[in-house]
Amino acid sequence: MSLLKVTNIIAGYGETEILQNVSVEVLEREIVSIIGPNGAGKSTLLKTIFGLLTPKKGSVKFQDEEITGLSPDRIVSRGMGYVPQVENVFPSLTIHENLEMGAFIRKDVYQPKLDEIYSLFPMLLKRQTEKVGRLSGGMRQMVAMGRALMLDPKALLLDEPTASLAPLLVGVIFEKIMEINRTGVAMMIVEQNARETLKISDRGYVLAMGRKVFEDTGEALLKNEEIGKLYLGG
Amino acid sequence: MAELFVYGIVLGSIIALGSIGLTLVFGILRFANFAHGDLMTAGAYVALFLVTDLFRWLGISNENLGPLSLGWRMVFAFPISMITIAVLAILLDYILYQPLRRKRSSTVVLAMASLGTSFIIQMIVLILWGGDSLFYKPGILRPALELSFGIKIRPDQIFIILVVLFSITALHFFLKYTKMGKAMRATADNPELARITGIDTGRIIQWTWGIGGAMAAIGGILYGIDVQLHPGMGWGFLLPLFAATILGGIGNMYGALIGALVMGVVQQLSTAYLLPTYKSAIAFIIMILILLIRPQGIFGGRT
Amino acid sequence: MEIGGIVAYLVSLAILAGIYAVFTLGLNIQWGYTGLFNIGIAGFFCIGAYASALITTPMPTGIYAQYVHQIFGWNLPFVFGILGAALVCGFIAFLIGIPTLRLREDYLAIATIGIAETIRLVFNNEQWLANGPRGLMGLPQPLQEWIDPKHYNYIYLVIVLLIMVIVYLLIERGIRSPWGRVLRAIREDEVSATMSGKDIFHFKMQSLIFGSMVMGIGGALYAHYTKAISPDVFTPLYGTFIIWVMLMVGGSGNNKGAILGAFVVWGIWTGTNFMTDLLPYTLKARAPYIRFLLIGILLEVILIYRPQGLLGEEKKISKMID
Repeated sequence: MSLLKVTNIIAGYGETEILQNVSVEVLEREIVSIIGPNGAGKSTLLKTIFGLLTPKKGSVKFQDEEITGLSPDRIVSRGMGYVPQVENVFPSLTIHENLEMGAFIRKDVYQPKLDEIYSLFPMLLKRQTEKVGRLSGGMRQMVAMGRALMLDPKALLLDEPTASLAPLLVGVIFEKIMEINRTGVAMMIVEQNARETLKISDRGYVLAMGRKVFEDTGEALLKNEEIGKLYLGG
Repeated sequence: MAELFVYGIVLGSIIALGSIGLTLVFGILRFANFAHGDLMTAGAYVALFLVTDLFRWLGISNENLGPLSLGWRMVFAFPISMITIAVLAILLDYILYQPLRRKRSSTVVLAMASLGTSFIIQMIVLILWGGDSLFYKPGILRPALELSFGIKIRPDQIFIILVVLFSITALHFFLKYTKMGKAMRATADNPELARITGIDTGRIIQWTWGIGGAMAAIGGILYGIDVQLHPGMGWGFLLPLFAATILGGIGNMYGALIGALVMGVVQQLSTAYLLPTYKSAIAFIIMILILLIRPQGIFGGRT
Repeated sequence: MEIGGIVAYLVSLAILAGIYAVFTLGLNIQWGYTGLFNIGIAGFFCIGAYASALITTPMPTGIYAQYVHQIFGWNLPFVFGILGAALVCGFIAFLIGIPTLRLREDYLAIATIGIAETIRLVFNNEQWLANGPRGLMGLPQPLQEWIDPKHYNYIYLVIVLLIMVIVYLLIERGIRSPWGRVLRAIREDEVSATMSGKDIFHFKMQSLIFGSMVMGIGGALYAHYTKAISPDVFTPLYGTFIIWVMLMVGGSGNNKGAILGAFVVWGIWTGTNFMTDLLPYTLKARAPYIRFLLIGILLEVILIYRPQGLLGEEKKISKMID
C-alpha cells in the first residue's frame, strides 16, 4: 500500500527549478533510496516533501491525504519525520533534551518511546546529560535520528545519514536504519554511499539533473551495469 | 573603589534584566531590537502610574516597608507592570514584526522598524508624563548602611540585587526544566530544525517577547527605584545592553548576565576617573573592543 | 499673514528641507545603494556642523575669551568650512568602518548609534573643545556683507539648492559607474566570485566614507543657516530618525526619491505645526511629541505597506547591469 506518493513535482529555489517533474513513491514498511550525482536534486526532493519548499507544481500525498504546501510542523503531526543532513541537532541542549523536543507536540514526555530509543542507541543513555554540541558526528547522527523517531513516525526521511562519518560508524548507522525499519517505519534515504544503501533498500530511484532517470528494486539497480558505471563509481 | 564596585554590581544587575531579554529576542528572531531599552522605560512608567495614581485612588497604603523606600503599592506594581509590558511586546510583534517577517523583510528592516518603535514609545511617555525626571517617591534618600571596607549601600540597592537574583533564578529554572523553556532554547539554537521537529515556533516567539518584556519591566522599575525615571532612560541603556549582549555571545543568556555585570562594574569604576555622563561612552568603547578582538563574544554564540 | 510673510516662511522651510535632502542623499549612498545600516547620522551631523563652525569663526579675543572656549578658530571662508566638515566626517567614518564593516549589518548600526551618542557627550562635556553645552554662536554666513539681512535667506536657499544639486549629480555619476554597480551587487549579496572579502570591505568603506562626507556637508549647511549650534541639537530624533523616515518615504535607492522624501516629510513636519493650535492648553507644550509620534507611525506604515517608498528604486540602474 502506498504510504508516500510524490507526483510530477516541479520545485526549486526562487526562479531556478531544480526538480523537473519528479514522481516517487514509498510503500509501507519499505526502504527506498534516492541516489544520483551531486546537484541532482536529492535533498531538494526531501525538503519539498517535508514542506520546507513549496512546489510550483505537482502533489505530495501521505497516507492518501494531500500534504502539498503544508508547513513542516503539520507534516510532523501527521506521522512523518525528517533528519536533515547538517545542523540536525540542537547543540546547546543535552541529548535527553534533544529527544524530548522530538515529542514537543505531545502533551506528555512519552517515556516509553524515550526508553525505546535509549535501548536502540545505548550509547546515548550513558551520556544523556551531555550537551550535543560536544559530541562526535556519529553520536550526533544518532541523536538526530532518535529525535525524529520520538513521534512514532510512519515514514522517516533521511538526508545523507552517513555523510562525513568514519567508515566504522557507517556500518553502525546502516544497522540502526534496518533495525528501525523492522519496527515498521518506512524510510526514504538520500545517500552518497549508494552501494551500501542499495544493499538494504527494497527499491531505489536514480535522479540526475533534477529528473528521475531510473527506478527499480535495490538489487536490480546494484546489478545494472550502466547504473554501476554512471552512478556507483564503476 | 570597593564602593564603586558594589554600585557597579547594582547597575549591572539592572542591565542584566534588559540584556537577557535582548539576547533571547536577538537569538530567536535574529534582529537587533533597538526598542528593548524602551520596554524598560515603559515598564517603569506603568509602575509609576500604578503607584502614584491607580493604587492611591484605590486607597492602598504607601507606607515604606522596613528600611526600604517603597511600600505595598510597589510590590503590587511589579507583577502588573510585568504583565502589561509582556503583553505590549507580544502585541508589537503581532502588529509590526510578524507582518514584516511574513513579507520576508530582511532583519535590517526589522531592526529599523524597532528603531521606529523605540521613538514611538518615547513619544508616548513624553506625551503622557512630560520630559522631566520623576521619582516613585519624592523625599530624602534612606540612610545608607555601612558595610566593611567603608562600603555604603542603601537598603533599596540590596533589594534590587535580591530581585534580580530571584528573577534570573526563576528564568533559569524555566529555561532548564519546563518544556516551553527547553523549546525556546532549541529554537534559539536552530529555528528551522525547531520547525522540522514540530515545535510551534509562533508560540515560542510570543513566549520570547513575553519573557523579554517582563524582564525589561522589572529592570526599568528597579532603575526607577535606584535612580529616577526619565523618558530617555531606556535609550540610555541601549549601548550597555548591546555591549553586554555581544560580550556574552548573542543568544547566550548566561553570557548576557555576565556581560551585564562586567558592563555595570566597568561603567561605575570609570566614574572614578571620568565624568559620570561618559558612562555610556565607556560601554561603547568596550563594545568596539569586543567587536575588534572577539566578535562572537567571550562565551561563544553567533556572530 | 501678508504675502511677504508667507514667502519668507516658505523660503525658510525650503532651506531646511534642502539641507535635510543633502543628508538623505548621503544616507542613500550608504543604505540605498550599499545596504549599510547607519543610524548614527546625528553624529556626522554634529561633527560636520562643529567642524565648519570652528574653521570659519575667529578665535575669541578679549573679554569673549573668558566666556567662549574653542580648540581653534581659523576664521576661514565658508567654502573651507564645508570642505573641512566633509573631510573630518570622512575620517570618522573610516575609523568606524574598520571594526564593523566585516561584521553583520546590525553591528554597524549599533556602532554608529554609539559614535553619535559619544560625539554628543564629548561636545557637551568638554568646554575647551567647543564651549560645552552653550555651544558656538555668531557663525558667519557666506556673502552676508553684500546683502540686506532681511533678504539673506533667498541667497542661502540658492546656496543650499546649488550644493544639493551638485551632490545629487555627483552621486548619480557615481552610482552609474562600474563602482556604483559593485555597490549594488554588494547590497544584493550578488558579488561575483572574483571579488574577495577584502575587496567588498574596501567598497563598503568607500561608500560609508562618501555618504558620511555628504552628511558632513549637510551639517555645515545647517550650522551656517542657524548661525548658532549646541550639542542638544544633534539628538537621535532630529539628527537621525527623521532622516531615515525621509529616505524610506521617498524611496531608498533613488536619489530623486531621497530629495522628494526630504521635502515631503519636512513639509508634513512643519505643516502639522497647526495642530498645536487645536490642542487643549495643557497639551500644547507636548505638541512636538505628538507630531513625532505621527512621524514614527508613518515609518512603520511605510515599512509594512510600501517599503519601496513613494518613488521606488530607479530601474535604469538594473538595466545597466543586465
